Amino acid sequence: MFKPVAKAEAIDPKKIARREAIRKGLFWACWGVFIGFAGILGASIVRFAYPRIVFEPSSIFKAGKPDDYKVGSVALIHGRGVFVIRTEKGFYALSAKCTHLGCQPIWYEDQQVFKCPCHGARFDKEGINFAGPAPLPLPRFHLSLSPDGRLLVDKSTNVGMDFFLEA
Amino acid sequence: MKWVPLGLVRYTVCLGGLSVFFFLLCILTGPFLMLYYVPDVNRAHADVMDIMQVVPFGAFVRNVHRWSACLMIVCVPAHMTRVFLQAAYKPPRQLNWLVGITLLILTYLMCFTGYMLPWDQEAYWGATIGATMAENSPFLGAKGPFSVLPPDKDIHYIMLGGTVLDQPTLSRFFFAHCIAIPGALAGLMGFHFFNIHRAGGMSGPL
Ligand code: FES
Repeated sequence: MFKPVAKAEAIDPKKIARREAIRKGLFWACWGVFIGFAGILGASIVRFAYPRIVFEPSSIFKAGKPDDYKVGSVALIHGRGVFVIRTEKGFYALSAKCTHLGCQPIWYEDQQVFKCPCHGARFDKEGINFAGPAPLPLPRFHLSLSPDGRLLVDKSTNVGMDFFLEA
Repeated sequence: MKWVPLGLVRYTVCLGGLSVFFFLLCILTGPFLMLYYVPDVNRAHADVMDIMQVVPFGAFVRNVHRWSACLMIVCVPAHMTRVFLQAAYKPPRQLNWLVGITLLILTYLMCFTGYMLPWDQEAYWGATIGATMAENSPFLGAKGPFSVLPPDKDIHYIMLGGTVLDQPTLSRFFFAHCIAIPGALAGLMGFHFFNIHRAGGMSGPL
């Protein structure tokens, strides 16, 4: 189909070598561009999947007046994943997130026990695990009184088992 | 292509084909469910109820989807058992065994993400458990052993689109269930079949 422009012997070997180098250079340049682009695309998609802003409830929130809670009561704060508990000693806030795999335990007033519906872990009123698969007690969150006299729960601060907010 | 040997093997060689059959049923019914289902936390569950109770033949289409998925979950491990007992994972089919394991994992992920879409109590807490397991996985999870990633960079965060289950989570699971995982599954299945062809058809007993 195509006639050779020149006889092979007639071409300067230097020229052949140069063309060969150009050809190789172009070949690897193309691959470089391809791999680079694929890498940038992949990395940006992974980064894309991490939201920069999340619209989630704040970890510090008010949970009503202390008088709203009866002595001996356990109250779930809806949408916050926290139990506020009042005993004679005072108030404390327990995480409503099972330490097994994260379901929300349910308080049974008649039996005075938290039961997790997912795999049956049990916690007592202090949040201590005593049966089922949960490996740790329910974390206790920092509780304080805000200037306007409301309970202030801070989910980002864990406190020890002896923490109470005096009533 | 060789004849499939007689005996027990005759029935068990159908398991792979059955998996494909159930997968195709899911692929066929899934897009139709998408006509009525919107992945919005305020209406997802109501949409599923609509499909079940109002849409003509909605309950039928959804149940075909659901039961095919369940049967696929049964067939895939059974198919792997057959391959294992027949030693059909040996060369030249060792790559296909690995592809098959990936297909198994993808099938499980399909089920996990699909389970969550009706957004009922079962779905919500099931996804919570899955997400917590991811959070506690080695390397990728922030709380697992050998964790290197901070809580706002780990697999749990990317899965949920945040730290709690909410709208971003539903959108992500919907995307994974309808586009990402089935795409990967279909592509790898093609490769799986091509590998069977390349190894000279179905395996006989060794
Ligand atoms: S998540 Fe509570 S027992 Fe498993």
